[in-house]
Amino acid sequence: MQVSDSSSRILAGLLEARTGQQLTMNRRWRIETAVAGLLRERGIATLDELITILVMGREPALANHVVEALLNNETYFFRDRQPFDLLAAQALPALAIARADKKRLRIWSAGCSTGQEVYSLSMLFAENPMQWAGWTIDILGTDVSSAVVDRARSGTYTQFEVQRGLGITQMIRWFEECDAGWRAVEPLRKPVRFQVHNLLEPPPHPGQFDIVLCRNVLLYLSAEKRTLAFERLASALAPDGALMLGAGETVIGQTKKLAADRDCRGLYRLTEDPNADRREPRVA
Amino acid sequence: MKTCLIVDDSKVIRKVARHILETLEFQVDEAGDGREALTRCEASMPDVVLLDWNMPVMSGMEFLKLLRQRGHADQPKVVFCTTENDMAHIRAALEAGADEYVMKPFDRETLHIKLQLVGVA
Repeated sequence: MQVSDSSSRILAGLLEARTGQQLTMNRRWRIETAVAGLLRERGIATLDELITILVMGREPALANHVVEALLNNETYFFRDRQPFDLLAAQALPALAIARADKKRLRIWSAGCSTGQEVYSLSMLFAENPMQWAGWTIDILGTDVSSAVVDRARSGTYTQFEVQRGLGITQMIRWFEECDAGWRAVEPLRKPVRFQVHNLLEPPPHPGQFDIVLCRNVLLYLSAEKRTLAFERLASALAPDGALMLGAGETVIGQTKKLAADRDCRGLYRLTEDPNADRREPRVA
Repeated sequence: MKTCLIVDDSKVIRKVARHILETLEFQVDEAGDGREALTRCEASMPDVVLLDWNMPVMSGMEFLKLLRQRGHADQPKVVFCTTENDMAHIRAALEAGADEYVMKPFDRETLHIKLQLVGVA
C-alpha cells in the first residue's frame, strides 16, 4: 500500500484536529501499518478509498476509528522502571508524611493508554498494605482514545502484554487467568478509575492531584499545544504536587509554571503560588 | 560480557533468542535438550540459562531440578521460556528454582526486562 503525500497530510490533519497530536514527517511511515487492520476489517481496498470516504463524510464514525488507529498506544508495566523506583523510594513516602492528616492521595496518569501505568501505580500501594492502611487512594487514568480507555478499565491483558515489564512473581500475585487472558485482581482494580480526556482540555475532576504522570505524550504535540498542555497539567496539581514526565522530556523552554525539583530529580513542581492565578488558560 | 545458554529443541527459537541476546551483548551458547545443557554447564557455567520446558531426552524441568540438586542453588539464573503458560506450570517452575518465566511469544523488550530483573542485564 502506497501512502501518498496528500493522503498522509489528510490523515495527519485529522489526527491533529481531533487530538492535538502531530504526525510529523518522520512518523508518517506508521500510517500504513496503523490503518492496515482497519482497512481489512471494513473491506476498504486502498488508502485512497479510505480518504475518499473520510472526505465525503459518508461514515462519520470511521474518522474516530482512523484516529484511534493512528494513536501510538505503546506501553508496558513499570515502563522505564526508574520513575517507579523514584515514586516508591521518595515521592510517596514524602506524601505519606505530608498527607498524614487527611490520609488521601490523588494521582493522575495522563495519556494512560491501555492502563499498564495505572496498574503499576496501584501495585506500589498494594505491595505496601501496612503503610497505606486506612488511606483513600484515587488513581485516575485518562486517554484521548475511548478504545484504550475501555481496555484499561477492563484490567484485562493478553499473555504477551501481561508479562511486558512484570516479574513473574509479581504477575501471578496481581493477575489471575481469565478467558481473555490475565485480569488484574480486585485489590489492584479498586483504587483505579479511567475516563476519556484530552490533555488540551481543562483537567479532570477533582483536580488538586498530588502526583501527575504525563510520560511520552507531550512529544507528539506541537510546541504551541505543548505549552497549553503544560498549563493544564500545572493547573491540575495540588500546590505541593509533583509532575513526572517521560525520559528525555523537560519543561525547559516550554512553560514557566513548572520547574525541576532540585531535591528529587525527575519530578517537576509549581514555580509560583498556584492560588495567585487559577484562571483557565486560553485555548490556542 | 555476560554469558547465556539457550536450551531449546527448536532451531528457530534458538536462532531468534540468540539474535535478541546478542543485541543485548550476551555471549551465547546453545543446547538442544536438558542433558546437553547439563554437560555445557559442567564445562562452563553460564550467567543465565534460557530454558524451554518440553524437550526430548531431558525436559527443562528435569534439567533444572538436577542443576539445583548439584549445589547450584543461585547460579546460574534460570529463565524458563516456554509455551506452557498456565499458573500451575509457572508455580511448579518457581518451586523448582526458576528465577523468571517468559511465555512464548515474547519480544526483545520483555526478555530484556526479565534479564534485568534477575540481575544479568
